[in-house]
Amino acid sequence: MVRRRLGPAMIEFRSVTKQFPDGTVAVDSFDLVIPPRKTTVLVGSSGCGKTTLLRMINRMIDPTSGSILIDGEDTSGLAPVKLRRRIGYVMQNSGLLPHRKVIDNVATVPILNGVPKKDARARALELLDTVGLDRSLASKYPRQLSGGQQQRVGVARGLAADPNILLMDEPFGAVDPIVRAELQQETIRLQEGLGKTVVFVTHDIDEAFLLGHQVVILQKGGHIAQVGSPAEILANPANDFVASFVGADRGKRVLRIERVDGRDVVVDENGTPTGVLQP
Amino acid sequence: MNLLGEGIAWIVDPANYAGPQGWIVRMLEQLFYTFGAIAVAAVIAIPLGYLVGHTGRGRDIAVSLSGGFRALPSFGVIILLALGLGIGFKAPLLTFVIIAIPPILAGAYAGFEAVDRKTIDAARAMGMTEWQVMTRVEVPLGLPLLIGGVRSSALQVVATATLAAYVSGGALGVFIFQAFATRDYPQALGASVIVTALALALEGIFALIQKLVVPRGVVAKEPKDVRARAPRPRATTGIPVQEGK
Repeated sequence: MVRRRLGPAMIEFRSVTKQFPDGTVAVDSFDLVIPPRKTTVLVGSSGCGKTTLLRMINRMIDPTSGSILIDGEDTSGLAPVKLRRRIGYVMQNSGLLPHRKVIDNVATVPILNGVPKKDARARALELLDTVGLDRSLASKYPRQLSGGQQQRVGVARGLAADPNILLMDEPFGAVDPIVRAELQQETIRLQEGLGKTVVFVTHDIDEAFLLGHQVVILQKGGHIAQVGSPAEILANPANDFVASFVGADRGKRVLRIERVDGRDVVVDENGTPTGVLQP
Repeated sequence: MNLLGEGIAWIVDPANYAGPQGWIVRMLEQLFYTFGAIAVAAVIAIPLGYLVGHTGRGRDIAVSLSGGFRALPSFGVIILLALGLGIGFKAPLLTFVIIAIPPILAGAYAGFEAVDRKTIDAARAMGMTEWQVMTRVEVPLGLPLLIGGVRSSALQVVATATLAAYVSGGALGVFIFQAFATRDYPQALGASVIVTALALALEGIFALIQKLVVPRGVVAKEPKDVRARAPRPRATTGIPVQEGK
């Protein structure tokens, strides 16, 4: 395959508006710069337009007005099918093709791009290693896998064409908390190792703070309540909505230091110790 | 000898099955109608059904069309068409095509509709063209329902093909119509038994095909323990583990 030189993958939203045919305005003149090679998390309750924003990046949804630029190039001038093939997409419930084996699911996009089947499969096997799956699962069908394993296959498939952008739409929403924590750590490790621009959608603020270099808190209609690093948002919530959303007004995030036996013990609002402060 | 015994005797009598007027030739005519009608109906109904299933457009028309066609009285249609096309095989064949279309059409679009929307959305998000979504996702996953439609078409036509004889179209109905005219009940019964056996045989064959076309991954067993990291060795007794090849 002739490798196209891909840019660092900076994504820009320029006054993007999306109104659905039923009249709902999902996103209203939205502006955002998503920095390259970092994880940006769009977080908000359901109906805030976060998934709509994500799906506009790979033109699964076209904006009503405004433009989306990838490395300065307006995506409205690009063919949707070609654009989607160079952007990884991981969705909730993995969205694997049930009639294809794991290895063929992973190899789907490279084969669409014209990579010979043998090479695509060899690369798919490597990707199973990358996402921490045993190669023996390659010949299984998606239904024979657990939810967490399916999700890993979904990530491997998203990475298969070696895209510089990875879109993740609540990918861990349907797995149990233990597997979820594992997959989150895996995502951090992969992002650091591969240097992809990751755009991640979730309604879980803890997940957002864990994964995001940049966290975008959204209110209804795709209005940005606050953009910043997790620390910035915690230190300085822009308004009451943000404070309440991140839980700054609840016990969990309000910590105090108490001096016990000459050491600084961190306790939460209820006085329950959560840890010891290192000098 | 009772009537059933006489009917069986009629079937096994070489005078009745051999030769160009024997029931073997008539049975082949019956099968010609069945497969001919299904082939023509498939060429018309499958692309139409796929189009409806893929785009979701024209669904109401397809539903009412197949419902309306189903309600047509086949005997009346044969006679009506024979008035226009003359006696012979054309009018019955065309009638059977009309009978065969609705179940195939319904099977084709229902097969597409039964595919999980999320799977199709994922296929599109990966960068499949509409054609690829159709041929690589919807067609294989919708195949069992399509074959189900073909199966009920076949069953309906193979039984109805008996009517062809009324307009001199041959097939097994020849014996039945003749037997009623001459009050030869063993012959009527013998021929009916053959029609029934033919229908049962076709039903069995199509049931088997329908089972075979279900994609492997769709029938694959789900893991017992959802947290399992790797396949575990099973106990040697009990049901063997069903796995993809």
